Amino acid sequence: MVEEVKVRKIKDGTVIDHITSGEALNVLKILGIPKDYPKTPVTVAMNVLSAKVDSKDIVKVEGRELKAEEVDKIALIAPRATINIIRGFKVVEKKKVSIPETIEGVLRCANPNCVTHFEEVRSRFVVEERSPIKLRCYFCEKVMRGEEIVRQF
Amino acid sequence: MDFGGRDMISIRDLTKEEIEHMLGTAEGMELSPPGDILRGKTLATLFFEPSTRTRISFEAAMQRLGGKTIGFSGAGTASVAKGESLTDTIRTVERYSDAIAIRHPRDGAARLSAEVSSKPVINAGDGANQHPTQTLLDLYTIKREKGRLDVEVALVGDLKYGRTVHSLAYALAMFGAHLTLTSPKGLEMPREVISDLQKFGPRVAKEDDLAEVASKVEVLYVTRIQKERFPDPEEYERVRGTYKITMETLRNARENLIILHPLPRVDEIAAEVDGTRYAKYFDQVYYGLPVRMAILGLLMGAV
Ligand SMILES: [Zn+2]
Repeated sequence: MVEEVKVRKIKDGTVIDHITSGEALNVLKILGIPKDYPKTPVTVAMNVLSAKVDSKDIVKVEGRELKAEEVDKIALIAPRATINIIRGFKVVEKKKVSIPETIEGVLRCANPNCVTHFEEVRSRFVVEERSPIKLRCYFCEKVMRGEEIVRQF
Repeated sequence: MDFGGRDMISIRDLTKEEIEHMLGTAEGMELSPPGDILRGKTLATLFFEPSTRTRISFEAAMQRLGGKTIGFSGAGTASVAKGESLTDTIRTVERYSDAIAIRHPRDGAARLSAEVSSKPVINAGDGANQHPTQTLLDLYTIKREKGRLDVEVALVGDLKYGRTVHSLAYALAMFGAHLTLTSPKGLEMPREVISDLQKFGPRVAKEDDLAEVASKVEVLYVTRIQKERFPDPEEYERVRGTYKITMETLRNARENLIILHPLPRVDEIAAEVDGTRYAKYFDQVYYGLPVRMAILGLLMGAV
């Protein structure tokens, strides 16, 4: 395997690789960095040349393994991302993110007149297209795309 | 094809075959009325915002089939004024009824109601979103008048906010109609709505000259242009004259042109047009009856 980027290896944590170029900072936003985790050591590489895709971003987060909900959110903006869990400098788990058929509870509908803002009900979106992402609110049928989704993180 | 127990929330839920089946059932109801097939059944009409036409049409359809209606109209009514949640209202009303027709100012209210109701829910208009029984009656009118749905149609007027034209465009595209879009600047059909049609591979064109449009198409579907949609009142005054259907607009109209309008109209169609063979907007109202009879009969499992 060719080591594509010269950034230092981490001991324990998560490497998020193959992030859609330009989305690294949005991934940090999803992970609450630096807002909720001001002290977490993070390494960010952007617009890295890659063999598989034109270019990609990489985020390395030390001392943290991601929650399923965080992984689901990352999938929305970086559908080709891979999550590598690192323990003792070794990759112990490697998985691809995946976008489910429907997304419940994670997002708010961008339509201000949507019934979900007025009644006690979990939001629900049907995934119509994956890359780039296109969601349709199950209730009001309005479409949400990249920018409207990212703004919520 | 069994519709018993199903909801009628959005035209997007229906396949082409299902729409054809509903229109066929409506034609049966119109040409040979089936009698009291809904005797002993009750339809609840919950109109959280008033819409006299739609409510009366549902009530008339229910009565023609021997059924009864209960319900309310207007936002000031009991449960709404007390701040009861929509879902609680639905859970209460479903105990007294065999189906629920709901009109509500919020987008998605009908879908949410269907989620909590064990009885069929019919969307009679949810905010700016859908009004599927209107769409079906529009389709039925075209089918009855033209004998087919793959027609050449022009959608005229407010194509941005006009709820009925969005779902009608969707349904017509499904049936292979050729769509011409004619609207004032700023009230064009949203890109998202047009991109939604693309899966059916429709032919969509834009044309601004109304007389030119009238000379080409078989169906002119005219919608209301509302003053409050314009930031500048002068712009409204200018546009309003340009998009009005008059005898002058129709001077080169095709022999077989029909003009439809979801009504009520303001002044988009001059009264002088009413007496012509083109005017079908009042027949359209009449066609709403067999269409709603068919929907009620199908959803309550009586046909
Ligand atoms: Zn919504």
